[in-house]
Amino acid sequence: MTDQISNPPGLLPHMMIMAPHASALGMTVASVETAEVVLHVPFRSDLVGDPERGVIAGGVVTALLDHACGQAVMAALKDYQTIATLDLRIDYMRSAEPGLGVFCHAHCYKVTRSVAFVRGQAYDRDRGDPVATAQAAFMLNTSARRSSKATAI
Amino acid sequence: MSDTGQDLNKQLADLLGRIPYAVFLGVRADLAGDEMTAVLPYSDRLIGNPVLPALHGGVIGAFLEMTAVAQLSVGQGLVGLPRTIDVTIDYLRSGRPRDTFARANIRKAGRRIANVQVEAWQETRSAPIAVLHGHFLIAPKDDGVA
Repeated sequence: MTDQISNPPGLLPHMMIMAPHASALGMTVASVETAEVVLHVPFRSDLVGDPERGVIAGGVVTALLDHACGQAVMAALKDYQTIATLDLRIDYMRSAEPGLGVFCHAHCYKVTRSVAFVRGQAYDRDRGDPVATAQAAFMLNTSARRSSKATAI
Repeated sequence: MSDTGQDLNKQLADLLGRIPYAVFLGVRADLAGDEMTAVLPYSDRLIGNPVLPALHGGVIGAFLEMTAVAQLSVGQGLVGLPRTIDVTIDYLRSGRPRDTFARANIRKAGRRIANVQVEAWQETRSAPIAVLHGHFLIAPKDDGVA
């Protein structure tokens, strides 16, 4: 089932602009390849979770991992489809370092007819020393039944 | 528990007011007895998919996680904030552009680990939009006074 994995469709910048919450967090695309993305949230004082330690909130990491995993799915699809997170599991290894932003690398390693599977790592300096890791599954083509124009796959 | 409801309500408001990210999302919480309901008021910047439109899945996840942290903090008498070890979020329905509510159920709070379930809903509690199951690292106060 590798036929759906193709070159990035050029939809990613569009998707980033379309997600108001990604903009609200100051999210940017660091790199895009087929089925793989790296996103970045720069440190900002209003995104802190523990004021005593001054580290970025776990919730920001959650939102970043969710978004990066979704973008990795978009980067794995030939055509634009609406997708929805089915489940997301996150393990938190450690806090981000105080004052540092967080990167997230996500890889969509399998696409089936209706589900895509993704792994993600969030890190502040080194991808080998993650802040958190995620495993996610996404439903594909979620608007198929709502839209008469949607093509069946 | 020696705290009155008012004390706990104030503790809760102080806690959420001290967490910049909670302020950023606009999260607040109401206590009825020892039962806390967290509220995520709708705002345009919480949208993930403007076509549907639907709330960002990450926002829902972050809100659920924050609800667990807030419930542990007010209910258990801890030193410092609980630290998240892992969370599993199941998305059941898309989040509509409206206010979202959540309640946490502490299934077990041991000496180091708390096991918590959180449910988020919009129109009716019997139709949750997402559920979270997670483990949190906690440090209970030794004297046991909440």
